Amino acid sequence: MKYYSALNVFKFSWDQVTSTYWSRYPNPFSKHVLSEDVVEREVKDGCLWSRRLITKTNKLPKWGARFVPGSKSACIVEESVVDPVKKTLTTYTRNINLTRIMVVVEKCVYRPCKDDRHATECTKEAWVDSSIYGFSRAIQAFGLDRFRKNATRATKGLEYILLKTYEPESLPEHMSLLGNINKELKEKAQKQAARTLGKGAVIAN
Amino acid sequence: MNSISQECQQLKNDYDHCFNKWFRDKFLRGVKEDECKELFKAYQVCVKKGIREKGINLEEVERNILGTEHEKTTPPPKDGH
Repeated sequence: MKYYSALNVFKFSWDQVTSTYWSRYPNPFSKHVLSEDVVEREVKDGCLWSRRLITKTNKLPKWGARFVPGSKSACIVEESVVDPVKKTLTTYTRNINLTRIMVVVEKCVYRPCKDDRHATECTKEAWVDSSIYGFSRAIQAFGLDRFRKNATRATKGLEYILLKTYEPESLPEHMSLLGNINKELKEKAQKQAARTLGKGAVIAN
Repeated sequence: MNSISQECQQLKNDYDHCFNKWFRDKFLRGVKEDECKELFKAYQVCVKKGIREKGINLEEVERNILGTEHEKTTPPPKDGH
């Protein structure tokens, strides 16, 4: 079994992050996500419990494809609970098919940053396991690598939608990774500058 | 976003629209009454049918793990790391 943990910080309030969480698909970083549905949802003891079914593409390296007859998409179940008083969003995600080859479980907790109420931290843990005899180590290593890449995409995707929906408190430097958004914001800033300084300033640029 | 079943797409869009607004404007502000219940009921019936038709194990989809003893636990830190 391989274990992974990471911490991400979003420069948006917890209310903004959790509101956006439900509508983060589609985004330019979620091309591997095929469908997303809510299967159950209820308010219990003041908390919102949800269960979603997400299907994703399941690209495997050639050596791994032998274990999967035909090209099957991966079915992923995401259970979550939102506590609006404690301000936590906890998600627990696992694949329910192709489990003979690999099981990937992910748990994330989103909460306001202790030192910055306008920012949200996400602690992410993942467990990757495979029980295919003779290949489990290779599959686990591949699975962890793919998980890391997809985790980065998931973070970028959520940031992309957050930026589209809200003005960030301050634009963090790593946002330059998001080329298009950055360009949009730059253009916005230029227009703002044009309004402030008059047309000449932009032409001079 | 796409639904697993094309048949449910409109029901999903209507429900998502209602839910997103309710979550942001009501639930996070202390209102617990779910205003999208009726839309959800119709959507849920459609989605569950779609899931069965795709041959996905609905029982496995509905299995509770979060908040139970079946949740994975953080491994203890290794010595020397």
